[in-house]
Amino acid sequence: MAEFIGRLFRSPSAVIGLFILLAVAAIAVAAPLLYPAGPWAMVGQPMQWPGQVAGLPLGTDALGRDIMAGIFHGARISLLIGLAATAAALCIGVAVGAVAGFFGGWVDDVLMRITDAFQTIPPFILAIVIVVIVNPSVSTIILAIAAISWPAIARLVRAEFLRLREMDFVASCRLIGMGNTRIILTQILPNALPPIIVTASILTATAILTEAGLSFLGLGDPNVISWGTMIGMGRSDFRAAWYLVAIPGMAVVLTVLALNLLGDGLNDALNTRLHRRK
Amino acid sequence: MSTGLTTGATGARRRRGRYLLRRLGQSAIVLGIVLLLQFTLIHLAPGDIADVIAGDVQSDDPEFIIQLRRDLGLDQPLPIQFAFYVGRLLTLDLGTSHAFNMPVLTLILDRLPATLLLMFSAIALAFVAGAALGTIAAAFRGRWPDVLVTISALLFYATPVFLVGIGLILIFTVWLRWLPMSGMYVTWVQHTWWSLAVDIARHLIMPAVSLSLFFVAIYTRLMRATMLEVLSQDYVRTAWAKGLSPSRVVLRHAARNALLPMVTMLGLQVGSLLGGAVLVETVFGWPGIGRLAFEAVFRRDVPLVLGILFFSSVLVLMVNLLVDLLYTRLDPRIVLR
Repeated sequence: MAEFIGRLFRSPSAVIGLFILLAVAAIAVAAPLLYPAGPWAMVGQPMQWPGQVAGLPLGTDALGRDIMAGIFHGARISLLIGLAATAAALCIGVAVGAVAGFFGGWVDDVLMRITDAFQTIPPFILAIVIVVIVNPSVSTIILAIAAISWPAIARLVRAEFLRLREMDFVASCRLIGMGNTRIILTQILPNALPPIIVTASILTATAILTEAGLSFLGLGDPNVISWGTMIGMGRSDFRAAWYLVAIPGMAVVLTVLALNLLGDGLNDALNTRLHRRK
Repeated sequence: MSTGLTTGATGARRRRGRYLLRRLGQSAIVLGIVLLLQFTLIHLAPGDIADVIAGDVQSDDPEFIIQLRRDLGLDQPLPIQFAFYVGRLLTLDLGTSHAFNMPVLTLILDRLPATLLLMFSAIALAFVAGAALGTIAAAFRGRWPDVLVTISALLFYATPVFLVGIGLILIFTVWLRWLPMSGMYVTWVQHTWWSLAVDIARHLIMPAVSLSLFFVAIYTRLMRATMLEVLSQDYVRTAWAKGLSPSRVVLRHAARNALLPMVTMLGLQVGSLLGGAVLVETVFGWPGIGRLAFEAVFRRDVPLVLGILFFSSVLVLMVNLLVDLLYTRLDPRIVLR
């Protein structure tokens, strides 16, 4: 573990990614403390450019709301949805992939055809349909993003299980009479974790992009403001005030970039075979 | 010797036929599951078609709604309803859009050419740019062109497509006034064949670039990785040893072989390309299926949304089959199973 952390911190992309993510997490935590009035509060004249008014460093939107407050509170929503959707996708994907890969045969066939079906439907369009049909709220958005993200995990976990179940240590577990559930959970799954962790960080990035896209189309939870909502609201005024789109846009890009950098760094650090070869 | 070759060829053809049948069978099963999923989604929706129609004609007469349910078969058990649903879809009856008051299929087919044009331009652009950038990065591994390409790819990958679109409009329409902001062609002038093509091309540039950037990133990373792998192989070393020029080794010997995995990627990306098209067409007012999906969502037109979902899934299945077949033609070493 210590060796792994050492390797992770030697990768510049992982360090940059972690640094940005910690900053985003910090502003998400600090949002209710620094901006207790929330992102909807009107604090000044509308359409003030960043730096124009003291105390409003990022300016105000068309309704005079503080953009800085929106960025802080938006971080909470974007991170919450990204992490929760990934966690849900991990639960479904690991369960499906582990069962399919471990048992093989017709179970594998059935589960993989279902996975195929989910991968055939264009993911973003499926997310749109789910949100439209079940009505937009934070929990349906999380559900919709999880529904489009789990197949990637399932395929990965299945491939790992197919490989690992043939190994000697699994055979010896069987020999001493260990049950299937115990072998799956305590023996194979821990060995399959590295690629799952890497994929999870990439999936969180994709989830944040998907949420931003849904909110941009007006399919966000109407009771909360996310970065995507801010971009969507700023769109009609972007000719005169492009900062309305650019500032929340930068927030999305930086966060997604950080998650991808962290994923790359984790991949290098966890891939010991590659490490030794270098 | 010659007989051996002939049986080999017939064997290969028979294998190809069997493979095609198996893939068709698999696709049919997948399509069946997609239909089941859609059917489930319909039943998750609050209220049913009868409520929607009753709402449209502004009737709350319970007798009318019961009659309507009976006419629509909604009083039948679920498996029978599902069978009817599959039957209707297989005869390409996708229902009627209540927002447009037109058959869903007609609406989709009207918008299909615009979307296909956009998707094809975007993916072609991504393929060419990705192959070029990836080759450059691999050839200059670790030096500044590689660093530059890698950083750009990371940025392209992290930027939402709609943000790219808005940025392009700001630069090329609002500030520079070079390109039209939205639509597919100018409607208020009389077009000749040629001027229409030019006009569509001018309208197409920004949407196609916006849609492609994410895929440029994917193809660049894939091409770079494959090129590095290929460049380390023995036959490339032989090419260097023969004294061939660097450009000849990199382009003729390495890049051609590195292109194969890129073709596989094409098939995998159709689905996310369609999803991106929804956002891009919304930003640019491009009159395709994506824009139609946005309008359907905006007006809560469930039959139209589901029709688009079904149609785009079929499109993805067909493209995947096509790419599989293309792939076996491109690389004769691939064994069909």
